Amino acid sequence: MMIRFEHTRKLYEGATAITDLNLDIQQGELLVLLGPSGSGKSTVLKMVNRMASHDGGHIFFNGQDINSFNVQDLRRRMGYAIQSVGLFPHRTVAQNIATVPKLLGWDAHRVQARVYELLKLLALDPEPYASRYPHQLSGGQQQRVGVARALAADPDVLLMDEPFGALDPVTRAALQLALKNIHRATGKTILFVTHDIDEALLLATRIVLLNQGRIAQVGTPLELLQQPANDFVADFLGRADLGLKQLSLRSIAPHIQAIEGKDPIHAIANTATSREAISQMAALHVSTLSVTDAAGTVLGQVRAADLLENQHA
Amino acid sequence: MPTSLVQRCNPVLALYVALAIGAAWGLPFLRISPNRLLSGEPIYLWDVLLQQGSPLVFVLVFDMAALLCIAVWLPKGRTIQAWVILAMAAGLAGVWLLASQFATSAIQAENPLSRTALGAGFWMLSAMAWMIALDAIDRLQLTTLRRLLVQSALLVPLLLLLSEGQHLSIAKEYANQSDVFGPAILRHLQIVWSAVLPALVIGLLLAWRMTQKQRLRQTLFPVLNVIQTIPSIALFGLLMAPLAWMAVQLPALGQAGISGVGMAPAVIALFMYALLPIVRSALAGLEQVPAEAVHAARAMGMSARQLLWQVELPLALPALLIGLRTAVVQTTGLAAISALVGAGGLGQIMFDGLFSAANELVILGVIPIVLLAMLADTFFKVLSSWIVTSP
Repeated sequence: MMIRFEHTRKLYEGATAITDLNLDIQQGELLVLLGPSGSGKSTVLKMVNRMASHDGGHIFFNGQDINSFNVQDLRRRMGYAIQSVGLFPHRTVAQNIATVPKLLGWDAHRVQARVYELLKLLALDPEPYASRYPHQLSGGQQQRVGVARALAADPDVLLMDEPFGALDPVTRAALQLALKNIHRATGKTILFVTHDIDEALLLATRIVLLNQGRIAQVGTPLELLQQPANDFVADFLGRADLGLKQLSLRSIAPHIQAIEGKDPIHAIANTATSREAISQMAALHVSTLSVTDAAGTVLGQVRAADLLENQHA
Repeated sequence: MPTSLVQRCNPVLALYVALAIGAAWGLPFLRISPNRLLSGEPIYLWDVLLQQGSPLVFVLVFDMAALLCIAVWLPKGRTIQAWVILAMAAGLAGVWLLASQFATSAIQAENPLSRTALGAGFWMLSAMAWMIALDAIDRLQLTTLRRLLVQSALLVPLLLLLSEGQHLSIAKEYANQSDVFGPAILRHLQIVWSAVLPALVIGLLLAWRMTQKQRLRQTLFPVLNVIQTIPSIALFGLLMAPLAWMAVQLPALGQAGISGVGMAPAVIALFMYALLPIVRSALAGLEQVPAEAVHAARAMGMSARQLLWQVELPLALPALLIGLRTAVVQTTGLAAISALVGAGGLGQIMFDGLFSAANELVILGVIPIVLLAMLADTFFKVLSSWIVTSP
């Protein structure tokens, strides 16, 4: 058990901001805290590293009450990335990333090696970028540095508060992909706050949907889409296209069949989601597509009926 | 669209040239008297040039006038600005050379006790040459460091010729008092340091507290503003009585050199004056530190002290240096007045001159003060430009 909330409460200006929160977060989860503005998702995140205090109940980190830690030690064990990035303008990219390792007293060699490793992990070439200053970077590059800085001291947990909220759609998609790969490669426990449903569905291994300081539903993305617990969940996820969102969680790979009759005219990559395949079919006015792998070899075909009917695959 | 005459020419330079011609014509270049006590007869620049009698001098003066006229009409040419700078460096050295040669011949022709004092015309001409050169340097649009280098290079010919002026009255005054200058400069620096260093430390702490406590800001700034409006002589005087009383009550203080007169009232008053610019600039600097950088620093586990030293102070430094520069320059000037409460320093020489009606001695006290203030100003400008360009 990485993090455990036990009857946690938080008051904000006299009113209750978080009501009786009970939640276990397992090692290696990418848990997305999802909800509308004012639902308390950011507050839940900030209570973990004590940037916000809790007023009742307990929060445990590695089985220990977080209030029993020295606050600075606790924070140095948790990576932290925010929407406004908050890079230090007077320090280079390398110095920014090295912040927590320096605070922990790593020697210069180890810090340097770690900085270069992280720059490569986030697809920034160390050669020009390590010695640049934040104002010389684009917004997307700044957030890459922000994520690298959060990962620098190899923390047990990564806390991310709408980190990609201010980026344009193309940059955001690239960073979401980068984060997914980092999660897969490192197995880090990540708490990720967002109000963007598609971002949540794409990244989460589990979603906690919050409403007015209470948990509305906890579950995998598919569980939320298939069995919304109440009207709020269904409305928030977008009642009208719940089905389309489910399709976006499925790969077309299990539905590939041998081609019968003549080859379909149009093709799609075998990495596409069912949603992409259906969308393409609708645009092209066809009901079958041939499937190709990265090398362009035809693997078979998919049919619209199979993608839509066989939903439990 | 035809540009107007004022836009095409350099009106500033035209004004300086007119003032210089007026000063050369209407103000005495030198004053000569048979001894130190009598006031002198005015000698005009024209008389000095005629007595010099060398056609070369007339050719040079004519050339300089021609160059300045051309520069008035062609303010954009960089080559001509460079020539103007060179000419003004020569001009500064030239008026000094003229005055010193006149003094030498006066001693040989009249009597060895005769005094040749520099007149208003000399000072006005020198000031105009300096201003014209600064204007020309500005028009070269150099980087901070290079501009400062050219500015100081202006004085090089003058410094090389200083030994020529030994028969001038001002040099004789200096020779009479030369042993007091070194200690006076050191004492002056000591007063400035003792006031500004504590003001820097305490000012920073106060500004830092103000970022956290709005109340402190609301109470302290009016106090600092009021202190700034008290005339310095009055503040020195106000401090004398309580300090004298404290020295009597607590003999340990008296033995430590703290009493109603001397360094103590001077340093305390100057410290109080230096606080306002330092606190104000430090606060401005701390307030412009990005809030998200502070938030991120805290969330990554920086302690309040680490936050201050590693994030807030480095980011506030450019603004802080501006206030520190103001404080040092202001304190260097105000420290002159502190001689009145017995603190010593260069102000002592200045007041000795005033009280004995020896104008040259006043000037000898003032020149090092001005130079010290300019040095401090230059030092902080270079430091600021270096810090702003390095990140």
